[in-house]
Amino acid sequence: MMLTRRTSLALGAVLGLALGANPALAQKKYGPGASDTEIKIGNTNPYSGPASSYGTIGKTQAAYFEMLNKEKGGINGRKVNFITLDDGYSPPKTVEQVRRLVEQDQVLAVFATLGTPTNTAFHKYINGKKVPHLFLATGATKWNDPKNHPWTIGWQPNYQTEAAIYASYIMRNHPNAKVGVLYQNDDYGKDYLHGFLAGFGDKVKQYVVAQVSYEVTDATVDSQIISLKGSGADTFFNITIPKFAAQAVRKAYDIDWKPTQFLNNVSNSIGSVLQPAGLEKSKGIISSRYYIDPTEPEIQNHPDFKEWLAFMKKYYPDGALNEPFNVYAYLSAKTLEHVLRQCGDDLTRENLIKQAASIKNLKLPMMVEGILLNTGPNDFAPIEQMQLIRFDGEKWVPFGDILG
Amino acid sequence: MRTAALQQRHWRRLGLVAALLFACVLPLLLTDFRVFQLTMALIYAIALIGLNMLTGYNGQISLGHGAFYAVGAYTAAILMDRYGVPYWATLPVAGVLCFGVGFLFGMPALRLEGLYLALATFALAVAAPQILKYKHLEQWTGGVQGIVIFKPDPPAGLPVSQDQWLYYFTLAVLVGMFVIAWNLLRGRTGRAIVAIRDHPIAASTMGINVALYKTLTFGVSALYTGIAGALGAIVVQFVAPDSFTIFLSISLLVGIVVGGLASLSGAVFGGLFIQFVPNVADSISKAAPWAIYGIFLIGFMYLMPSGVAGALGGGWAWLRRRYGR
Amino acid sequence: MEQLAHQVFSGLATGGIYASVALALVMIYQATHLVNFAQGEMAMFATYVAWALMDAGLPYWPAFFLTLAIAFIGGIVIERLIIRPFDDADVLAAVIVFVGLLVIFNSVAGWIFSYVIKTFPSPFPAEPPFGNRLIGSHDLGAIAVTLVVLVLLFIFFRFTPLGLAMRAAAQNPASSRLVGIRVGWMRALGWGLAAAIGAVAGIMVAPIVFLDPNMMAGILLYGFAGALLGGIDNPGGAVVGGFLVGVMENIVGAYVIGTELKLTVALVLIVGVLVVRPTGLFGHKLVTRV
Repeated sequence: MMLTRRTSLALGAVLGLALGANPALAQKKYGPGASDTEIKIGNTNPYSGPASSYGTIGKTQAAYFEMLNKEKGGINGRKVNFITLDDGYSPPKTVEQVRRLVEQDQVLAVFATLGTPTNTAFHKYINGKKVPHLFLATGATKWNDPKNHPWTIGWQPNYQTEAAIYASYIMRNHPNAKVGVLYQNDDYGKDYLHGFLAGFGDKVKQYVVAQVSYEVTDATVDSQIISLKGSGADTFFNITIPKFAAQAVRKAYDIDWKPTQFLNNVSNSIGSVLQPAGLEKSKGIISSRYYIDPTEPEIQNHPDFKEWLAFMKKYYPDGALNEPFNVYAYLSAKTLEHVLRQCGDDLTRENLIKQAASIKNLKLPMMVEGILLNTGPNDFAPIEQMQLIRFDGEKWVPFGDILG
Repeated sequence: MRTAALQQRHWRRLGLVAALLFACVLPLLLTDFRVFQLTMALIYAIALIGLNMLTGYNGQISLGHGAFYAVGAYTAAILMDRYGVPYWATLPVAGVLCFGVGFLFGMPALRLEGLYLALATFALAVAAPQILKYKHLEQWTGGVQGIVIFKPDPPAGLPVSQDQWLYYFTLAVLVGMFVIAWNLLRGRTGRAIVAIRDHPIAASTMGINVALYKTLTFGVSALYTGIAGALGAIVVQFVAPDSFTIFLSISLLVGIVVGGLASLSGAVFGGLFIQFVPNVADSISKAAPWAIYGIFLIGFMYLMPSGVAGALGGGWAWLRRRYGR
Repeated sequence: MEQLAHQVFSGLATGGIYASVALALVMIYQATHLVNFAQGEMAMFATYVAWALMDAGLPYWPAFFLTLAIAFIGGIVIERLIIRPFDDADVLAAVIVFVGLLVIFNSVAGWIFSYVIKTFPSPFPAEPPFGNRLIGSHDLGAIAVTLVVLVLLFIFFRFTPLGLAMRAAAQNPASSRLVGIRVGWMRALGWGLAAAIGAVAGIMVAPIVFLDPNMMAGILLYGFAGALLGGIDNPGGAVVGGFLVGVMENIVGAYVIGTELKLTVALVLIVGVLVVRPTGLFGHKLVTRV
């Protein structure tokens, strides 16, 4: 049976070549998962388990491709068949699901798989199989490595770069700062922490006076905030996911600790972090962004936002409208759409990765003005710029240049 | 009477041989991906035999066997990655190490019964990822990043793929471990283990060293699960703290109860359940796959309260009453 | 010194959360001699019900009591429909059913209410009492509510015929049946009461940790540890156990080992205590009959 499958594959390849030689069809070239009528794209997301709050990203992307198929007839006349599977945020399960996508469903590419440990688990496998592994939903630094992993391309600015931006800001503007850090004890938290510490160079001992961690299973981070206050820190870098970010901001205020606060981009949502923490208590927090929070007053009348809103209401009515993840997913889906269009009729895996590595100044809606997507043969990090922002008690106010 | 018993043994043996033959032929008919899935199910089955010895036969509830699975997996990964040890040689090391850890854990656990033991083992499972991430162990464990390892090739000259080879390798380990467990449990030792579960005081009056048997069972159980963990690491080619959360431990417990408590063959059914049923749930609903999984679990327990093995045994007995003499 | 006081009081506040969950666990243990692993998720779901009622315009207290009533009935219905068929099955079959319930509640809550965290109102004033900075009004109020529930439970189990009947039904179902206690209904009632107590716990917890579907996942573990530390058959002990766990966790994390291993060390300590005192600090010694 396996033999027949292989032979038929080989036959298909030979046929494809034969057809390619035919001048009338010279333009069209298909790799696995692509045909005249459809493009198969694979994805995994945690729809169950402790990280299921991220599952909304996969759901938004599925909704986006549904919209694309219904309203625009897909991409270049081909429907996008978006196959998304549950990985439960478990690395072994992710390996299994990705193998299913690649070997069973024969997808053209794997797109926006979520999480650092989960992507790490099949990083080597997918590069060995030469399947495009595009626009991962994780900010780890290792995805930008064209030499050793030429089939993997990240998407969002990496955590280390962002943390280094804060470090250099502190050195420039608060040269006498004493910094306390709260971080989540996993790959995400430690990636930020390393980037932050490295950002101070050899002055790290002089600046960073305390580092405390928490586990996602902790009830609160109150105790950690008390310790940070006790350490005498006057600057606070908050590397936490939304729930704990809100708790930390509120607790710091409640115990009368008033440091200069830096909040990681992961949790700078107004609707799901600052509002729960209390807008008054969040005043003065510094963060950074590359796309705009859907609850920002400044974009409520912008056509880009209205388009997103209409899309959400029609194709993903269960999705929360104050959830920045739903914008994030919308933008990364648009990036894939752009690259697939750019491929034209040459839908081979080789061409797809080539096109993904040649994005030139792509401007996406709802992104910060001036931040563009760029990739090249030696640059597998599409978004590398961020803008510093400060919360004024009502909205984020950008300041300074675009950094990165 | 005697012939009937002989006949039954005869049938059982025939059934086992048929099942084994089927298991051997299966990978030749399936794609590599399906073979990989089945290999995972077999690996879980090995872990479940271990957990079943402890919980099913000996009556000690463990909510923390994921921790032993993790120790086995990390042992294999570290040995292969840091010291270049061949994959097959990591299994005995993982087994022995887990036996030691299990035995040591079993000693204080002797004082704890029922719920209290459940809490202690639960604590072990919850703490395991945190310990694996600990910064002073990072040089071996790779910290939060985990360890990526190479997939072993089949021995030269064998006309099978890597996945098929790992399947046969795992199957051989499973059969070996199964036979050992079967011999262990059907003799004196097995009767002592079960007697301790059913009536500890009576057992100790009969001269059984309850403390020794309980800790030994804990150790052997951990040994099985550790070997399964090592195989799991080799097949998945990756270990990380997030691979061994509390949900793994709970899945293992689900596996033995669904497969059938105090039944060795139940382990295979349990392994198939925890490998495949979440996929079925996922294919039914993306919105709430866990809800579907939960409904499956409750429905399963409702239909087969003594597990698949129990239901099959019951069905077999019914058939014989009906059609036998 | 001031920091130590802060750590202790913050530990008491979190300990109050654990204590309230521990109480619900004790309740169901008293009624069925089982520990319900889905207790935390049921409490979380009940809190969402309260949130939805308030979102629909109901004031705090009517929503509070209506939620309690809904949780009570929900608990009874779950026992009658789902748990009852497993009365005679192995304990582990019941445990698996609890796991099933846990994942169902968690998943359905995320599906209906999304995973975005929600603020939940507190009935207590926003300003800390007596101008202190050590403990907030809500923390203090939540502890008071837990203690009130504890006293009510104590009176119920000690002095009311129904409470006595429930304890009897759990301890010796056969004899209880002989004296005319409807054992099945006693269990169902126990489930209802536990669900209602869980709802109180959830409603008191949510303003502190924010409401989301995974709100109770970590708390249940600590509540379970607290209940066993104090003694699973002793409501007062379970509450003390909850407070102890909360304070110990903070002290260990801040002064002993650092935050990276705090969970591990806290758990080792708890298990260590249990090894020395296998029935918990205030539990009754079980006498095994030969």
